[in-house]
Amino acid sequence: MVSLDETKSVNESLIKEARPARVPRKKLVENDRSFDWITEKVCGIVEEKTPTWWWVCFLVSGFVSLFTVAGTIYLISTGVGVWGLNNPVNWGWAIVNFVFWIGIGHAGTLISAILCLLKQNWRTSINRAAEAMTIFAVVCAGIFPLIHVGRVWFAWWLFPIPNANAIWPQFKSPLLWDVFAVSTYGTVSLLFWYVGMIPDLATLRDRARTKFRQWFYGFFAMGWRGSNRHWNNYEMAYLLLAGLATPLVLSVHTIVSFDFAVSLIPGWHTTIFPPYFVAGAIFSGFGMVLTLMLPLRSIYGLHDLITQYHIDCMCKIILATGSMVGYAYAIEFFIAWYGANDFESFAFINRAFGPYAWAYWIMITCNVISPQLFWFRKVRENPAVVWIICIFVNVGMWFERFVIVVTSLSRDFLPSSWGYYSPTLTDIMTYVGTFGIFTFLFLLFLRFLPLMAMAEIKAVTPQADPHHNSKGGNH
Amino acid sequence: MSRIFPKWSNSVPLKVLVILGVLGVTLVVSVTYYFTPKYTRVGYAPTQPVAFDHSLHAGQLGIDCRYCHTHVEQSRHSTVPPTSTCMNCHNQIKSESDALELVRASYESGEAIPWVRVHQLPDFTYFDHSVHVNRGISCYECHGQVNEMEVVHHDQPFSMGWCLECHREPERYVRPLEEVYNLDWRPESEEAQIEMGVEFVHDWNVNPPLSCSACHR
Repeated sequence: MVSLDETKSVNESLIKEARPARVPRKKLVENDRSFDWITEKVCGIVEEKTPTWWWVCFLVSGFVSLFTVAGTIYLISTGVGVWGLNNPVNWGWAIVNFVFWIGIGHAGTLISAILCLLKQNWRTSINRAAEAMTIFAVVCAGIFPLIHVGRVWFAWWLFPIPNANAIWPQFKSPLLWDVFAVSTYGTVSLLFWYVGMIPDLATLRDRARTKFRQWFYGFFAMGWRGSNRHWNNYEMAYLLLAGLATPLVLSVHTIVSFDFAVSLIPGWHTTIFPPYFVAGAIFSGFGMVLTLMLPLRSIYGLHDLITQYHIDCMCKIILATGSMVGYAYAIEFFIAWYGANDFESFAFINRAFGPYAWAYWIMITCNVISPQLFWFRKVRENPAVVWIICIFVNVGMWFERFVIVVTSLSRDFLPSSWGYYSPTLTDIMTYVGTFGIFTFLFLLFLRFLPLMAMAEIKAVTPQADPHHNSKGGNH
Repeated sequence: MSRIFPKWSNSVPLKVLVILGVLGVTLVVSVTYYFTPKYTRVGYAPTQPVAFDHSLHAGQLGIDCRYCHTHVEQSRHSTVPPTSTCMNCHNQIKSESDALELVRASYESGEAIPWVRVHQLPDFTYFDHSVHVNRGISCYECHGQVNEMEVVHHDQPFSMGWCLECHREPERYVRPLEEVYNLDWRPESEEAQIEMGVEFVHDWNVNPPLSCSACHR
């Protein structure tokens, strides 16, 4: 036993020695890059001579997007019979593609809103591209519900506009909530993207050599001069938008899931749908962010801005959300058994072992098994492998929506009304074309707008830290 | 930084907003006025092959609507009369009139007079005349003061909202059964109409459907 005095003196000497543990933060910009380097790098993408690969991709994607245009014209001029829809599968690829694209967009809002509020500084390198991706994904998503209504010229009936029929849309229907959810989402995402871009547009304006560029960037920079008052207002606007967009990350896909969950079809009518859909959306969104950013990183040599740490963070989010999705798949089965409802259990057994089992197992492989590889550091550090897994994630999430929409509809309560659904060529080409539209828009973004939030990246460089010690200390 | 835009451009956003606002209001107002059935349908008065004058026949002469438009109280349709109905009188009255040449030709050949339809419901809308006239809805409510029209025109918008006005508040429109074909009948006052209407709606068990499938079958 030591006496009280002795303990006290030991403690005092220890306290003098004690220092908080040094846990160095990962650098968000590597190789001590200067502010000037960052500006040159990001503006260079826009200002350099248009690379040949860009023109090739641009023309190819432009051509591919014509598939959607042609498919849509054929659909509208002929009727929905050109699709593979039948009785009982009245929702086919159009809804699958809609949910797929809307889900892709979720990474953008998550990165821009939630990670902003949580002060996750690593978002700055990827948020601009992810937000652009969100908007283009919403554009692609919006096409499908619009054209699947059949008589497209009445699509304005989706909105509560007073009319000579003296009727409103059905406010109790999640399909109407969808209209509001998606249009709000599109609007807020666009605002967020634009507001965040204003200081960078001003940078491009100030560097512009030609009159057209000065006008173009000058117009969109809205007279930004970078004064303290500008920054003050800007930061506040950005914060408010982040606050507004945060519920949207959760609400949009929740409401999309209501399209299914509020109906009575076995396999759709489950309370797990909202969280499960939101997790899936973020999962697929980050899959798409990495799918786009990894090639850009090597083409433009952005390794110092999108560091291994950034890739790690995104891989971990994919791992987390992918596991949530896997858990949801498991719980669906558990509840189907535990709920002791014959139709429900049949729906799930049919999913895994019925006529669409092939789609189900593609989904499980891509969504549940492949992201588990991200537990390994070696996998996360190999961009090629990460990219391939992300492609798997994209494929898997499309199949998830296919499995949900088609298996449940094709085998509902009455065996006499069972059927099998196959897409037509028009279905397939219309969908393929949306990748053309998406790529086309993204390439335009790449060429004309700042790919990365320069101003924000500068704020998270080690040099910008007021405690920065140029001799390499970490305090 | 050199100045890119001239000074006057500072007021451009405000001006653009104002112009957009004005354009928006104009658009809404003009669509509401010019693109709704109240404008697009009301007043439609096609020239008929024979200048049949309703104000003369139904007004001055007092011929009942049902003399020509038979079966209105028994069927979905209120028929357009065959030429033989015209000839019931016109084989004796004005039998040599030039205005009736087409009528006589039609009667001899058996080819119907190509009357131009004034009131046309879309194919996706079900409507039954008999159920309306037998429950106190006068011809007048939909077709207007036909007994005063020289040339029949579209009097009411026939929009879905217009149908629903009555289906939602039938007591404002029902009238005594014996006055259904009297196009000159008017209630004494609005209060009297409501009081009487409520009674009729109750006594006749008038229950106008508001479900989609009532009319869109």
